[in-house]
Parts: sequence; C-alpha cells; structure tokens
Amino acid sequence: MLDLSPDEWTAVALSLRIAVVATVVSLPFGIAVAWFLARKDFWGKALLDGVVHLPLVLPPVVTGYLLLITFGRKGAVGAFLADHFGIVFSFRWTGAALACGVMAFPLLVRAIRLSFEAIDRRLEDAAATLGANGIWTFVTVSLPLALPGIIAGMVLAFAKALGEFGATITFVSNIPGETQTLSAAIYTFTQIPNGDAAAMRLVIVAIVIALAALVASEWFARRAGMRYHGD
Amino acid sequence: MLSVDVEKRLGEFPIAARFETAAGATALFGPSGAGKTSLVNMIGGLLTPDRGRIAVDGNVLFDSAARINVPAHRRRIGMVFQEGRLFPHMTVARNLDYGRWMSGIEADPAERERIVSLLDIGALLARRPGRLSGGERQRVAIGRALLMKPRLLLLDEPLASLDRARKLEILPYLARLRDEAKVPMIYVSHQAGEIQRLCSQVVRIEDGSVAAVGGLELLDAEGAH
Repeated sequence: MLDLSPDEWTAVALSLRIAVVATVVSLPFGIAVAWFLARKDFWGKALLDGVVHLPLVLPPVVTGYLLLITFGRKGAVGAFLADHFGIVFSFRWTGAALACGVMAFPLLVRAIRLSFEAIDRRLEDAAATLGANGIWTFVTVSLPLALPGIIAGMVLAFAKALGEFGATITFVSNIPGETQTLSAAIYTFTQIPNGDAAAMRLVIVAIVIALAALVASEWFARRAGMRYHGD
Repeated sequence: MLSVDVEKRLGEFPIAARFETAAGATALFGPSGAGKTSLVNMIGGLLTPDRGRIAVDGNVLFDSAARINVPAHRRRIGMVFQEGRLFPHMTVARNLDYGRWMSGIEADPAERERIVSLLDIGALLARRPGRLSGGERQRVAIGRALLMKPRLLLLDEPLASLDRARKLEILPYLARLRDEAKVPMIYVSHQAGEIQRLCSQVVRIEDGSVAAVGGLELLDAEGAH
C-alpha cells in the first residue's frame, strides 16, 4: 500500500525539508523574541506580542496574501532581497519555508517564553555572584534550563510547518517539485478522479511523521527533565 | 575591611544602615524582616542602593556620589543563600568549578582538593543537586562560593532551611572555614546560637537600620533565641 510514486516521494521530501528549514531558521529569532517578551519591559511590547501572535488568529489565506504583497517579486521586501542578495521567495520552496515559519512562529515563541518565565531567577543572580556576565548567564544557566520548553516549541513549530496549507498555497502556489507540500499534494489528489489511493498513501505518511515527531519530542523532554532530577 | 553606608527604600520600608567590620567573621543579627537580606544583596551587587557607599579593603564597589556601581559579576564576593541555589542541570563538580570558569581564575587542583575535603563533599562530585540532601546541598554551595576565591564571603541564613540535626552537621564546617580558609565572612542570622559558635563581631539590625555594633554580648540584649 505504501508504494509511493516518485512524485509522491518528492512531495514528502519537500515537506520535510520545508518544515525542518522553517523550524531551524526561525529558532534563534524565536528564542530572542521569547526572551525579550519574558524579561524586558520596553515601549511597544504589547504591539510586538500582538504581531507575533497575529498568524495564529488571522485566516491563513490573509497571512499568505500579506506575505505575497510583502515578499513577492514586486513586494517592497521581496524586491529588495532579490535585487541585493539574490534571495527569491515567490513560487520557490524557500517561500513555502517562510510561510511555514511565520505560521509556526507564535507557537514557537509561546512555548519558549513560558519556559523562560518559569526559570528561578535567583539562579541567575547566583551565576552573577560567581562572575558570570549577562551573556554567560544566559548561555550557561537560562538557556539550558529552558531546554524542555525550547524542544516543545520546536516540535509544535515543526508539526505546524508540516501541516501548513492556506498561507503556503496563497503565497507560493502549488507547484509539484517546488512548492507542492504533503498537504497540498493530498488536497490535489482529492480533487482529481481516481486520486483517492494516492491521497490515502500520503495521509498515512503524514500520520507516521507526526507520530515520530511526538515520540522524539517526548524522548528529548524526558532526557532533559532527567538531567535536573537525577544523575 | 568592609565598610557600608547605604540607604534604600523598598516600597514603604526604608533601609538606612551604616557599619564597618573587622577581619574574621561578623554577624548581621536581627529579627526576620529587619532588612538583613536586602543589605547583603546590596553588598553583593544584586540590589542597588538609592544612595551611599560600599567598599571592601578600600576598593569602592558602590558610590552614588561618584557614580560607581561595580556589577555583581565583577565584585568577587562569594554568596551562600538560604536555598543553596545550586544549578540543577550541572553536576556538583561543575557547580564547584563554575565560579572559576566565569571569573577566569586558573585551575588550582590543590586548593580545590583542600576545600572539597574541608567540606567533605568528595563523594558527591558526580551527582546532580536533585539527589543531594539539604545539608549536602549547603556544603556544596559553600564550596562553590569559596572556589571563586572571593575577597569576602556573604552567608545569608545558610542553615535556616535545615532541621536541627543538619544544622549541627554543618556548623563545624563553618567554624573550620573561618579558621582555615581565612576569608572574611559576613554571617546573616536571627539565631543567636549559630552566631555564638562562629562570630566575634555582631552588627544588630532592627527595622532597616543598625541598632548596635559590638561583640557577642549584643546577642543577649533582648533575649533573642
């Protein structure tokens, strides 16, 4: 039953690549934004919080359209990046990764922010009295203690990126081999005659990937938790 | 030695304290809520006074008039807290070495060995803090503060979270520390018994200010036990 055609494999591989790239590239930004939201008071904090969470509440099609007019060939940012750095998003898999990263960002930030807020800040004070400046305290104390939340955020973001549909198809369309992800391929197969078997094969692949991600995250979180409670 | 003259308003509670200490162990003695911990945090650099001056051995750490405020990580003042505050994600060994790494002090295996055996924590080195008893945790916390070679050691109620048996277990280590490590100590407590065992000089703190400075006779003033 799971005898995937080359095109179907392409869609699966593309989805994995897009989800991994979206998660990994957005991680440093997610950690930075989560840190500022958790620890700093600054003008416009509520606004930043709102903008970060916007993709969670907007219809995905709206987010995709906003990406299209901003990062598309003729969009302000898209034209600048294409002219000066040769980075093109529109109708490329990189655009799909951007759309997935933006859609997953609120979930990533939320999980990491909660874990930063849960850290006992007196441990950071203790690090300071032992000679650690702000950056070293962050690297050696805050970041490792937030690790379970960071892993949870990455798994959520990966799952969201893997399943993203609306914003991606609006921004970069549904081009086999370039922007046709697992979700888009399943949708396409359901729209053509005799596509049911292919759709079902991809559905099973999607379930397997999702379960594997959950099991992996559980394992990582358990390991990270064990480090604090045992030896 | 240590010279403190600070003012700080914490909400409705004003702290205004002025005292100097000699070498050896000095007690900051007074009832709970008198402002002892806030004073210690100001000396260590974790709390900024509104006004005043703090100096150790003539080195100014804080001077509001001269706009000097050395950050905590450059003060080289060891602190031992009531709750230990060991890093839960590091082994005891890494907790002990943390201050040396962060302060950029060269490894001194002989000194490390000496402190480890002084505090009797050699068998705990590979464990994580989650697997230590309260008394073991405090001994490791004392070792961690000592190994960064502090010019002053602040102990903020280090025995308060322990039961009587554990207190009796740690007091001898603290006495040895005072006699052998030769680091000047400020010992914060509201327990006259602990202070009698360890300190020669007493600074009595009441309602955010210094009520008296003197010897152990101050402990009996109001029968505080």
